[in-house]
Amino acid sequence: MEKRVRELKVDYGPAENIYWVEVLKGLWITNRHFMVNMWRHILHALRIKAEKGAVTFQYPEEHRPIHHRWRGRHRLTVKQNGAMRCTACMMCETICPDECIHIVPGESPDPNVEKFPEEFYVDALRCCFCGLCAEACPLDAIRLDVIEPEICGFTRDIIFNKEFLMGLNNDRPWEEWYIENKTDSKEK
Amino acid sequence: MTWLDLLIAVACVAGVLGFISVVALVAIWTERKISAHIHDRLGPMETGGFHGWAQTIADMVKLLQKEDIIPDAADKPLFKLAPYIVLSATIASFVVLPFGAHLIGTDLNIGIYYLVAISSLEVAGILMAGWASNNKWALFGGMRSASQMISFEIPIGLSLLIPIMIVGSLSMQDLVGAQAGGFWNWGVFSHLPFAMIAFIVYFWASLAEVNRTPFDLPEGESELVAGFHVEYSGMRFAMFFLAEFANMFLVAGVAVALFLGGWHAPFSFLEISAESNVILHNLVGFFWFASKGMVLLFIQQWLRWTLPRLRVDQLMHVCWKIFLPFSFVNVLIVSLWIVLTQS
Repeated sequence: MEKRVRELKVDYGPAENIYWVEVLKGLWITNRHFMVNMWRHILHALRIKAEKGAVTFQYPEEHRPIHHRWRGRHRLTVKQNGAMRCTACMMCETICPDECIHIVPGESPDPNVEKFPEEFYVDALRCCFCGLCAEACPLDAIRLDVIEPEICGFTRDIIFNKEFLMGLNNDRPWEEWYIENKTDSKEK
Repeated sequence: MTWLDLLIAVACVAGVLGFISVVALVAIWTERKISAHIHDRLGPMETGGFHGWAQTIADMVKLLQKEDIIPDAADKPLFKLAPYIVLSATIASFVVLPFGAHLIGTDLNIGIYYLVAISSLEVAGILMAGWASNNKWALFGGMRSASQMISFEIPIGLSLLIPIMIVGSLSMQDLVGAQAGGFWNWGVFSHLPFAMIAFIVYFWASLAEVNRTPFDLPEGESELVAGFHVEYSGMRFAMFFLAEFANMFLVAGVAVALFLGGWHAPFSFLEISAESNVILHNLVGFFWFASKGMVLLFIQQWLRWTLPRLRVDQLMHVCWKIFLPFSFVNVLIVSLWIVLTQS
């Protein structure tokens, strides 16, 4: 059988063979890191502005900077008159690879709009945050731009309903809210 | 032995124990912070407010509260005895360490010899712990520890011989006293460069003696889980830990006493003479001794976070083929030098 082990011939110079030179080089690198970081920490302790001494983010107090293309929790957008943008066209539910969107279509209260989602559920336990729903949506009705790092809290109650996705009070149905706050689109 | 002698002895041990605890508290915190800063991390930040200074105290309180688990299959008497032997060997060797002109447990006329002898008692404790745990990792750790500590005793002994030969005494205070009057009189700089070589060999070999990286094979977290103290928990584990950090300071203290001027200041005007104020003289001496020891402690930690662990055969290679011939030749040349200059 063919020999499958490849031997690497490494030519070590005198510096590597003596070992001390390389040890000193390594010590110099770690010393540089230590001294630079220590200096920055001292400056911080003296309340002088300086670069951070470590790459660590102290998480609950300090959040990582969020990229402008952040893909986070889902959100249902609203029109200017407060009505839902979504027309229950089922594009997002169709394209969703995780089958995490569930829409129950119904007749819209707005006479100018044909359909609207009576129920709109997003099961975040299944969601893989691929963003295909937002891409498929013809009306920009669903976005994944809510900056919320702790989606899954202690409750694990994360099958989002329509009201939650629109950023409304979870306990009241959206229709009630809509009738109360409805502004005539012609006035605007 | 009178009651007064006993009282003084108890006071000495209490002082040593207090000093060891403080050193361990500080050294564990600095170890964490130094490693963190070398890795561009932060280390403990929460406990105690300022940069987690109280983390070690919190850990100690936690260890005090923990259950003392003794495995069923362990050799129980040996298992219980081992941490006491390790810790008491360490405390016993601190007795001859000269912290100041009068701050010394007892100035034996065979001080350094006693220290080398008593600190190698620790091997017995570690081997005992490894064997009694009835755990293959612990046994491996104990065996490795025994082999490396016994091997490295030889270069350590030979390099300690050099200041002993130069001064001509085994008493710690004589050895320190010969280095008075400024840093150019220190042991490292006498008989250049041979005492320097002895110092370097001693320092590196002492890393193996206290099981520090790059020679931390007995512990080897990544291969032996934790080595000889895998099965220990609670206060018994804390004793091993305390002994380890106390030993780090011990070997640093021996290096300071024999090679770096002991409790003498680098310049004599930084000292206060014993005639003017004995207490202040001792306190300043203690300050210099402790700060030099801390610098060496820092170098030990710095090396730990720089170098990877050696293999067992590489470790033995370093000991028997590099350190041993160097220190032998060193001893020969220095003794020849002394014979030629003194006759």
